[in-house]
Amino acid sequence: MTTTSTTTPAAAPITGPISEQPRFDCRNAYVETLADLAEHDHRIVGVVNDSVGSSKLDAFKKAFPDRLINVGIAEQDMVGVAAGLANGGRIPFVSAASCFLTARALEQIKADVSYSNRNVKLCGMSPGVAYGELGPTHQSIEDIAWLRAIDNMIIVVPADPVETAAAMRWAAEVDGPVFVRVSRMSVPQVYADDYEFVPGRAITVRDGDDVTIISNGTILWRAIAAAEQLEAEGISTRVISMPTVKPLDTEAVIKAARETKGIVTAEESTRAGGLGGAVAETVVAEHPTRVTILGFDEFQPTGSAGFLIDRAGMSPEGIADAARRLVR
Amino acid sequence: MTALAAEHVTLPVLGRLAPHASRVDQVAHIAEAARQIRLQDLKLVHYAGAGHIGGDFSAIDVLATLYGAVLNVTPENVDDPERDRFILSKGHVAGALYTTLAAFGFLPVEELATFLKPLSRLNGHPNRNKVPGVEANTGPLGHGLPIAVGHALSARLDVSPRRTFVLTGDGELQEGSNWEAMMAASQYGLDSLTVIVDRNRLQQGATTRETNDLDPLDAKAAAFGFAVVEVDGHDHGALLDVLSAVPHEPGKPTFVIAHTHKGHPISYMSNNVAWHHKVPDEAQLQQALTELDRAQAQQKQDEVEQASTPTNAEGRPA
Repeated sequence: MTTTSTTTPAAAPITGPISEQPRFDCRNAYVETLADLAEHDHRIVGVVNDSVGSSKLDAFKKAFPDRLINVGIAEQDMVGVAAGLANGGRIPFVSAASCFLTARALEQIKADVSYSNRNVKLCGMSPGVAYGELGPTHQSIEDIAWLRAIDNMIIVVPADPVETAAAMRWAAEVDGPVFVRVSRMSVPQVYADDYEFVPGRAITVRDGDDVTIISNGTILWRAIAAAEQLEAEGISTRVISMPTVKPLDTEAVIKAARETKGIVTAEESTRAGGLGGAVAETVVAEHPTRVTILGFDEFQPTGSAGFLIDRAGMSPEGIADAARRLVR
Repeated sequence: MTALAAEHVTLPVLGRLAPHASRVDQVAHIAEAARQIRLQDLKLVHYAGAGHIGGDFSAIDVLATLYGAVLNVTPENVDDPERDRFILSKGHVAGALYTTLAAFGFLPVEELATFLKPLSRLNGHPNRNKVPGVEANTGPLGHGLPIAVGHALSARLDVSPRRTFVLTGDGELQEGSNWEAMMAASQYGLDSLTVIVDRNRLQQGATTRETNDLDPLDAKAAAFGFAVVEVDGHDHGALLDVLSAVPHEPGKPTFVIAHTHKGHPISYMSNNVAWHHKVPDEAQLQQALTELDRAQAQQKQDEVEQASTPTNAEGRPA
């Protein structure tokens, strides 16, 4: 699955610091793409646990009233029903808050979707600390670690609206289980409009040879902002976007381990078992080097998503600090 | 104890009768299938040294009826999108399912000799990606009914007449996911869906009543919007009539409570909680085989008596 990493053609042409670019809610790209896919493929259906509004699916429901299956507040049933719809030849996009989708229905994801190899797309809405103020019950920092342990599950964490739409188009084409995280946190556009998602492919969004930052999702733009700071100080920083946590682009990771002095990983999930864990597993086995894993360790206190991410050391400054420590 | 080997596989391939076969012939066919499946399954569990013989024997008559005469599923159309679906939610009776699938030609009879052996595709719980005829990888309880609801929804979207049958245990209904699925089935009015409950009233180590009583199960299912039918789950004729006549109420999913006995009809196993996953020793195996032969003789006698009873046009006693 691993393919050669590409250098920058996918990056959006932007001028000025990334932190000053306009921001977008990826859910809009999600619903627009889902409606477009459904328009062209009758097999596509939505499956929700009452999460019509929170998934922004009101327009989809209006356009395809029969094809939005709402099982009510019942996540185990939701995922089982999706597996049954797939048995009948449909392509279900299950759309629910990632905390409930992945935790409440974990056994259905394992047995009915992955082990049964059903063509089900699991869309974890508002993952990570998106529901910051609602507390650890609604935060979903564990989802990546849980799903990474399950065989036959492709895990995609898009970084912007372009990648969200591209990943969904790819997911609709591929026959098999896919988990896509869809954030409600606004992010700048990182990729060019013609970006093509390739599973298991890392994208080098900035090249450099002193240090590497590997990131994805809502943290990627912060990693780019960190690289901007480091570059100004003369630290040549490689930023690798790793939208597919599983399967990992191990080739890109090993190359970074060989060619730079160390790797920082930054992600909106637990430090245990996430992207950082996957990178560390590869580095330890193939080319041992220093890896600093940024992410969350504890149940998070109350606070906005941005506050919690900064607090965990993933502000642009925080990520840059971690990188500086590796090159010193 | 010798290991499970080819010589222990004696199951004949039975296949299906023509659709226009009389009810009497269909019932006799199902009865013979159930007998052969039990004979074979006993040997599977005895020689493999593991299995769930109690639950196997409470479910075999339902399985034989479904595959023998009800489901529009044969080895020839097993990949046809328009086939009926049968989902075994109580996946731990995989031995009974494999034996049934072999009896009706879905997998080679000789392969039963690999049951539970290292790297065999005949795992302790069924795998749809490896075993033809299996629709879902079940084993954890409470998974089959939601999957069945999803399939019934797909049939409705397709405006297809294909039907969905799911067999659950009764203890299994203690899992809340079943009731989530039943609410959805009722909300969507899925009358192509039939839930069959293997109501043997025993779970792993005790009766359902002692553990988490399900009664009044009929009233609960009715309150959840199902058309409820009760049937003797070991009476092939009654099972055939009930399962062929779904839906029992237009617009409502069907809930068939099949009253069964774990380990039926073996004297020392029947309704005995110890036989959830106990393995018959050599003497117990021989006794069970003998009892099944005697039961067959009795059944033949009953059939002779039944044949002399006048029947109506549908083949039912007049």
